[in-house]
Amino acid sequence: MDLYEYQGKQYFASYGMNVPQGDVTDSVAGAVAIGEKIGFPVAVKAQVLVGGRGKAGGIKVADNASDLETYAKQILGMDIKGHIVKRLWIQKSPTISKEYYASFTLDRSVRSHLCMVSAKGGIDIEEVAATEPEAIVKTHINPIDGISRETAREIAVKANIDSVAVDKVADALLDMYRCYIEGDADLVEVNPLILTAESEIMALDAKVTLDDAAAFRHPEWEEWQNLEEMDPRDRLAKEKGLQYVGLDGYVGIIANGAGLGMSTCDVVEQAGGKPANFLDIGGGASADVMASALELVNQDPKVKSIFINIFGGITRGEEVANGIILALEKISHTAPIVVRLDGTNAEEGRSILLSYKGDNVLTEPTMTAAAAKATELAGVK
Amino acid sequence: MSIFVDQNTKVVIQGISPTSQGLYHGLRNRAYGTQIVAGTNPKRGGEVIEGINVYATVREAVEETGADASFIAVPPSGAPSAILEAAEAGIKFIVCITENIPAKDEALVFHRLRREFPNSRLLGPNCPGIISPGKANIGITSDTIALSGGPVGLVSRSGTVFYQAIYELTQNGVGQTTGVGIGGDPVPGTTFLDCLEAFERDEETKAVFLIGEIGGDAEEQAAEYIKSMTKPVVAYIVGVTAPEGRKMGHAGAIVSGTKGTAKAKMKALSDAGAVVAKNPSVAAEEVARIVKGL
Repeated sequence: MDLYEYQGKQYFASYGMNVPQGDVTDSVAGAVAIGEKIGFPVAVKAQVLVGGRGKAGGIKVADNASDLETYAKQILGMDIKGHIVKRLWIQKSPTISKEYYASFTLDRSVRSHLCMVSAKGGIDIEEVAATEPEAIVKTHINPIDGISRETAREIAVKANIDSVAVDKVADALLDMYRCYIEGDADLVEVNPLILTAESEIMALDAKVTLDDAAAFRHPEWEEWQNLEEMDPRDRLAKEKGLQYVGLDGYVGIIANGAGLGMSTCDVVEQAGGKPANFLDIGGGASADVMASALELVNQDPKVKSIFINIFGGITRGEEVANGIILALEKISHTAPIVVRLDGTNAEEGRSILLSYKGDNVLTEPTMTAAAAKATELAGVK
Repeated sequence: MSIFVDQNTKVVIQGISPTSQGLYHGLRNRAYGTQIVAGTNPKRGGEVIEGINVYATVREAVEETGADASFIAVPPSGAPSAILEAAEAGIKFIVCITENIPAKDEALVFHRLRREFPNSRLLGPNCPGIISPGKANIGITSDTIALSGGPVGLVSRSGTVFYQAIYELTQNGVGQTTGVGIGGDPVPGTTFLDCLEAFERDEETKAVFLIGEIGGDAEEQAAEYIKSMTKPVVAYIVGVTAPEGRKMGHAGAIVSGTKGTAKAKMKALSDAGAVVAKNPSVAAEEVARIVKGL
């Protein structure tokens, strides 16, 4: 789960990190009230889960209440790359003396945590990584040992952090690491991490991605989960416990297993079709789950044909076939359905499907043949 | 020959109970011929479940039965300590199929195994397990789709495409020495590289079928090793047409660079001398063609 900036800052603060004073609001009046409470100038920041807010006009600095009102009106409801701004974060604007960059994430290629620090924060850090890779100090952290204060200091020195700020940056890194580890984040990133005119270190932005697998030990995440931006199709899928990703094509796809789902999209494209979605119903493929999946795909008006691709492993072919038939009886579909059923007892499963008298349901013996058939039946040129 | 597990492998099912996933799959594995020698459960020491003797700890199970492999299908909150308990008891091969273990726990377990228990290998978590057809099956792979006798070694990140690949090989009349489902989690205990090295050493394995997936750089690392392999490798990367996944901030982009896309992986593998196929069926046909020409 990606956190909004204001949630990320609240999360940072709960691990002792220094963040600008501020508050979140969903109204213009609320914004003005926050500004008057914390004192001007304040930054007005659109809360959306997408980059490039500044360039889109979603971040402004207001010197007084009337400016704040104007900006809050402008930004609330703004569409930033398809994300509608519903909330604003109003924060006290500190006087920035230097802008740094700091992050912790997992480096999968060495299976260790990675700390990255640069004195060249604020500007496009990916550009810095491309043109001046030595300006970003990368340090792997063994999870058994963690990061010591000495190491944190060494990193800061190596990254050319101004000497007046080295100790405070080291402290900030320790807090960030704790937030990353104890807070079960996949990513904590601060850009910029600023040195203020008062020689304080402060996280001026916050990018936090939480590890959904750890939700069981973080009851405090629940309130954030409800605020997640979600496509209505994604929401329905989540409610039904299905792994769904909406795509732009017209062949609806239902498969068991994430890998097989992606592979199904591959063969549909190879057959000249365009997948309307990726949908993984998990290993079991029971009648109920299949019915939910069909319902979901069937609701999508773009879908012109449906390709059900099931590999019977432990779940035998005849169980899968019966599940599909039960599901078909529960929903009314207009798009033709092509079923490819393979694996354990596939023959038995296919003969059950063949004997089914429903309309517009046919079977194909292989993935590639089924992809070709579903593409042909979609009739989209 | 086979890699990692064979007919002599003795398996203990950790966290066994009459309703556990471990027992459900363990009984299937036993019916296939796998030696399931014990179960463990701190609350059920001394019980016998479906003919399996239950011990309170893995250490006791090892002392009493000589178990050298374990099977873990317990929930994510208990899986990390189960893995470490197995390693502490001297288990050499630990199969953990548990899904949704937090990445922090996976990373910590991986490093503790590497530092404190270098002789224990973890397969998984979040994987289908391992099958050496005709010898042993630990995990959830359907044994009816596998064909014994080799000569192909198979390794996959994706679960269902792993089954699909085994099945396609069998349909083509090509047997498997061992199929290893390494799982798709961020910190896998066993990687492509580990499996490729083992297959390269295994005399009976004559060719390798590798199924990669978008994300990470495990396939790129595998490609580096493939350059030095004497055995032919056929690869398929799942997700050629998948939309680009969400980026993990700038950090994600900086760490991964251009790696991780299907295109980059396919190029790395092809440059390394592997035959890269566009889907599982074509890949299996390529494997069959290569094996028949050997």
